[in-house]
Parts: sequence; structure tokens; C-alpha cells
Amino acid sequence: MKTLVKRFAQSKMFWPLIALICIIIINLILIPGFFDIKIYNGHLFGSPIDILNRMTPLLIISLGMTLVIAKEGIDISVGSVLAISATTAATLIQSHSIFIALLAAIGVGVLCGIWNGVLVAYIGVNPMVGTLILMTVGRGIAQLISNGQIITVHSKAYHFIGAGYLLGFPFSVFVAVVCFILLYFLMRKTAMGLFLEAVGGNQTSSRFAGINVKKIMFIVYVVSGICAAIAGILISSNVNSADANNAGLWIELDAILAVVIGGTSMSGGRFYLGGTVVAALFIQTITTTIYTMGIPPETVMVAKAVIVIIVCLLQSNAFREMFMRKKAVEV
Amino acid sequence: MDTTTILKAAGVSKFFPGVKALSKVNFTLRRGEIHALMGENGAGKSTLIKVMTGVQKPNEGTILFNDKRISPKTPQEAQNIGISTVYQEINLCPNISVAENIFIGRLPKKNGKIDWNTMNEQAKQILERLHIQIDVSRLVSSYSIAIQQMIAIARAVDMSSGVLILDEPTSSLDSREVQELFKIMRKLKNEGMAIIFVSHFLKQVFEISDRMTVLRNGLLVGEYKTSELTQTQLVAKMVGGTSVTSEELPNKRRKPRVMEGQTFLKTNGLEKHGSIEAFDLAIRTGEVIGIAGLLGSGRTEMAKLIFGIDQADQGNITIDNNMMTLMYPRKAIKNGIAFCPEDRKVEGVVEDLTIRENIVLALQAKRGYFSYMPLKKQCQLAQKYIDLLKIKTPSMEQKIGNLSGGNQQKVILARWLTTNPKLLILDEPTRGIDIGAKGEIRRIILSLAAEGMTILLISSELEELVRCCDRVVILRDRSLIGQLEGDGITETKIMKLIGEGGVKAANEDIG
Repeated sequence: MKTLVKRFAQSKMFWPLIALICIIIINLILIPGFFDIKIYNGHLFGSPIDILNRMTPLLIISLGMTLVIAKEGIDISVGSVLAISATTAATLIQSHSIFIALLAAIGVGVLCGIWNGVLVAYIGVNPMVGTLILMTVGRGIAQLISNGQIITVHSKAYHFIGAGYLLGFPFSVFVAVVCFILLYFLMRKTAMGLFLEAVGGNQTSSRFAGINVKKIMFIVYVVSGICAAIAGILISSNVNSADANNAGLWIELDAILAVVIGGTSMSGGRFYLGGTVVAALFIQTITTTIYTMGIPPETVMVAKAVIVIIVCLLQSNAFREMFMRKKAVEV
Repeated sequence: MDTTTILKAAGVSKFFPGVKALSKVNFTLRRGEIHALMGENGAGKSTLIKVMTGVQKPNEGTILFNDKRISPKTPQEAQNIGISTVYQEINLCPNISVAENIFIGRLPKKNGKIDWNTMNEQAKQILERLHIQIDVSRLVSSYSIAIQQMIAIARAVDMSSGVLILDEPTSSLDSREVQELFKIMRKLKNEGMAIIFVSHFLKQVFEISDRMTVLRNGLLVGEYKTSELTQTQLVAKMVGGTSVTSEELPNKRRKPRVMEGQTFLKTNGLEKHGSIEAFDLAIRTGEVIGIAGLLGSGRTEMAKLIFGIDQADQGNITIDNNMMTLMYPRKAIKNGIAFCPEDRKVEGVVEDLTIRENIVLALQAKRGYFSYMPLKKQCQLAQKYIDLLKIKTPSMEQKIGNLSGGNQQKVILARWLTTNPKLLILDEPTRGIDIGAKGEIRRIILSLAAEGMTILLISSELEELVRCCDRVVILRDRSLIGQLEGDGITETKIMKLIGEGGVKAANEDIG
């Protein structure tokens, strides 16, 4: 039992989970009724459900980002890809069936992923620079698609994806769960995960072992593109509109943060999809908490930054050692 | 204490959790001597050096420099006292000039600005003292590893006042470069410098050192005059209790066989510009074929072309009568080729992954994405090879980075044996690992050969080639210049071919 606890304390999930529990306890004390879940019309309502619903786009993008970062890369274009996919879907749904709209939205995600993948994997552009191109150009493309307007969507079926309910839970949660299961299956039930961790750990060794390094790199960028596209569909259908300028703005930063807090190292190698899920939940909970507590919007970012710094420090072995040594000396 | 002593460690101990890395070790270094520090991996050589250079603090004991007690806390402090160290991995900044590297941290200044002219002039002088004539304003990265090593030594010599520590300085040098280095070391010695020399190459140690101190398992075995010790005696002292007789260390030469089997692999004019000239090489099934040549002669490049790490500009490879022009690693693996690369750290292990994962990597790459081996099968495979190759580890779920060099090499060997190769290419399989592991790996190679595996062995150690091979091909200046077969394989003949070159020389020699 003791070793089990100890092993858990050393696992990558431990600190993000502790952070999440802390923030939940703070909510419990400071915000009365935070955990009241009401059933209305057969649907669950309340802050926790709201958090679950709102975190799905971030979660899905973070999952894709986890893979990219595992390969020592980074994809900062996800926010723009999200905007392109949102505007594509919203534009097409005016005149076409929902399936065509969804297929096209995911299609542009694949295209964007291919673009990034070719640049980074096959041409050898630095991942930060390579995806920066699409990050800047992407919003422009989204504006072209939407003619610079905020597109309003009237399709009820489309609205269901981001705002509907199934078995009492928001439908988007199911989308996220399916994404997680698919990626988990791809990573742990095929050799993809092993190859990715090998390539992220040591690219040269992996090539000598017969792994097609470029192909792995290419695949993770395409997966990241698809994840961003799905997030775009969720966001635009939730609010019934697609805003080329503001949909998913800065979401790439939250996603990178979620990956790092979740225990995956920026220098690649081992990755933790489960850790990413907990971290995304944590980030969304903070955001919601800060808003609920009535902290003025100007200071939201600061409050978030402080919390994030604390979590990152807690996670750092060097910092914890410093702290513990100090304690040991005092004793 | 006699006046010639410059550095002395008395009763030094260093404990790590669970390990006594050093216990009560004495060490004396005198002016104007080259003192070899000998021992297997884990004997405490590096710990002793680290303690003396301020990288680690000893738990007990004293260190005296010129009879004064010192306790350096950082390498910088040790440097200021007068103890300079050149590590195995070169500690230069590749992206700045040679002169800047030599003066880094102490750039000469004039009116508050860096005095470039003085710096370049002085750097040139420092290098000329060691007979190195290069353009000091060029970037360090534009010079070969050997020259970089010399630059690092020049910097250390310039900053030292009396003591120079060279930790495995020869491991990336070829024999000519080693001689250059030795010339410099002798010159410094005659000027009164005291040099500590650490090396795995016994021959080099006997050639250059005046005295040696042998450590084993953190204990001092003794200090000896090199002239009073034979190689066999030294090995016995290094391995001690587990006494390795010359039979266990495969010293005895294996009887070379004349192979008449089928040709397994044949290259036809395979060439890559700037790395290796067109070569024709036929490898017969079941033979052990060696490649000899100096560093940079194209040995590794040859193997990389065959395995498809680098793509050839011209020529083709025929394996089992299938002709191929494009080769890449996975294709090579599927055709039964395996390749243990030279640089274990960069090209071999994936440090983050466990031993199990490192072992199954190549086999999984051969099988592709979708026929992922179940964990149970992976464990079985890993366990099989951990037992077979006697890999020392508490668990297969250990990170491979925690293993010693020799055991890491065995894991890489295991990785390739899982693929059931027909041709195993080994590039310097015993470089940089201790004597015990070296012997074990050679034994493994020989037993694989005895079981009928075809092996292509690249090695800088001629005795290794002579002991193991049925046939040796010789490379010089990026082209294949000759071969020796059967009983004609001797160290002198190989050296002669490498030195004089040309098929003619080979024929004269054989005839």
C-alpha cells in the first residue's frame, strides 16, 4: 500500500491532480453553491458541468499538442487552424448539409496539418517558425472565407454538437472522450506511441533503429491539425457563430501549458495523455473560478499567471529538492 | 614529503547513497611525470578526478597541492589553483572562434574593449607551443575532432600551473593523431608539467606513462612504475578477484576459416561523394569480415551506405540476388541487415526509454505500426536477451541511461539480435567500455560467428580484427585499397597496408 502511494506520488499525474484538487477545495470554500448540480429538463446544469463543457476545445487541442511536443516540436498555429475550420463549417452549413460542412471543416484541418508537417518534417523548418507561418496567415485565410464578417449559424443540428445534451451531459464531452480514446488507442495499442517516444528521446538513434522519423513528425502535425479543426467545430457550434478574428485566440498558449503541466517535457520523449486531460481541466477550472469570483477581467491574466507559476514550481524536482533541503536543515 | 610531489590525495573517501565510490584512497602526482590512472568502469577513476577538481566534495581525506591543503568547490576554483582538466567530451563552444575559445572568460581587453589582435596573436602562440598551426580566427566547428581536442588541451595547458588531467583523450583519435598527442604530452612533461592520463587503451598507457595507480571497486590497489609491470599483470590487478586469465579474455586467436559459401551481399560501385569512393565488396554467408582503416578513412561511411542511413549517389547493392539501388534502414532490416553504430550515445540508445523498449525498438520498426507486440511478448524478448547477454540490471524497466557503457552496448546488441539478422554490422563494438565487458562482447561476437551469423566488424583495434576475422578489407583515404585473408591477417600487415597503401603493397606483402 505504502509503495503504491509512493509510486503514485512520483507519477507525472500527481502534481497536476493535487493542483486540481486544491483549486476545487478553494472553490468549495469561497464560492457557495459552486458544486450545485441541478437537473433541468433531463439535463445537468451547474458550474462543474459548465467547466466540462467549456474545456472540451482546449482539451482536444491539448491532446494533439501533447503528441507534437513529445516529438520535441511545437504547433502554435492551432488557434488559427481552429478559426479556419470554424469559418469553413459555418459558411458551408448555410448552403450545404451538415455532413459536408463537418467533413470540409475537418478536411481543412488535415490540409493545415499537412502544410505544417511538410514544412517541419520534410523541409526541415524549425517547428516554431514553421507553424508561425500558418498562425499569422491562418486568421487571414479565415477572414477570406468569412468575408470579414462574423458568420451566424442557424442550423439546429450543428448547434447540437457544441451545445446539445446527451444522457444528461453536454454532447461536446462525448466528442472529447471519443477523441481521447481514439488517440490513446493509436498511441498505446499500436507501435506509434513507442516510436514517438523514441523519436522524441533521440532522433538519430531512432533512425538507426529503422524508424521513419520524418513520417512520425508528419503524422503528429496532421493529428494536431485535425484536433484543432474539431475544436473549431465545437467552439463555433457552441455560440452559433464563427468569428475569424477571435475564435480560439491564444488557445495555443493554454494548450502548451496544459501539456507541460500534464507532465510532458518540452524537450520531447515521454508523453502523458492522461496528465494533459487533468491539466486542461485544471486550467479551465481556474479560468471559471476567476470569473465567478468576480475578479476584474483586467487582472484575470495576472491571477492565472501566478497560479501557473506555482504549479510549475511544484512540479520542478529542483525546486522541491531546494525546499526539502531547507526543511531538513531546519530540523 | 619529497619536493617533487605537486598533488597529493590522502585517505580520500566519497560515498554515494548505497555505494562507496572511493574509500581511503591515496594518490601522489609528481612534477614532470605522466601518471596513468587505471581501473575498470566503476573503479573510482572518475570520482577521484572529480574530487580533485572540485566537481564533487570528498566525505573524508585531504588533498594537498604543493603541500598546501586545498578544497576546491568548483572546477573553476581548481583551475585557479592550477589544476586543468580536459574531459572526454570536448568542452569547446563550436560556434565561436578558436582564439575566443582559448580565452573564454579571460578575454584580453584594451580601453574596456576586447583586444582582438592581442587575443589572436596570443592564441596562435599558445597553439604553436604545441606545434599546432591553424587559423585561430576560424570557428572551432570547422576543425576535426582531433584538432578540437588539441585546442582544448592547449587551453588547459595555458591555464594550468603544474597539473593537467586528460580524461580519455584518445578515444576519438586515430593512431596517427594519438602519436601527435603523445609528442605534445612528452614535451609538456619535459617542461615539468605533471599529467594524469586516463585511458582504456592498455597499449597507449604502457607507451606513454611513467607510473600508474590502479583502483578497483573504490579501493587503491597500488602504485607501480610502468617499466616494472607487464600488461597481463596490470589486467590482473585491475580485475582482481574475478581473475581473468588470458583464455577468458579472448586473447587466443581464432582459427580463420576460408569461406566458400554463397555471396550474401554484394555492392557494385557503391559511392557517395565526399564520404566514400566507389567500392565493390562481396560478403559471403557466414564469414566474419573486418574493416580496417584510420579514423575518417571511410569505414563508418561504408557501413552507413550498406545500411541505408546515407543514400548512395551511385552504384547498387545486391542482397540474395535482389538488386537494389535505394536503401533505407527499414528496408535493410527487412533484408536481414543489422547495424550497431559507432557512437552509442548519439546513434544507439534512447536514454529516456527503458531497457525493454530499447531492445524491442528495431524489431517493432521491422514489424511496422500495426502489428504492435503485446507487452507480454516484449517482456519475454527482453528477458531472453538480458539473460543471454548477461546484461546487469535490477529490472528491464530501468532507464537505459542508468546502465554502464558495456551494458548499454549489450542492450543495443540485443536490439539487433531480436531482428534475427543474417548480416550483423558492428561498428567499434568495444570502444569506450571496460576490459571485462570488452572481453564479454568479443566472446559474444565469436559465438555468434560460430553459430553461422555473417558479421561485418569495424574496429580501430587491430588485435580485435586479427582475433576475430576470416578476412579483413583495408580502407585508406575513403577508398578500399586491399584485403587480407586467412592466416595472412596480422597486425603488421594491416598496419603496413594502412600506412603504405595500394594493392601493390598488399600483394608484395602477401607474396
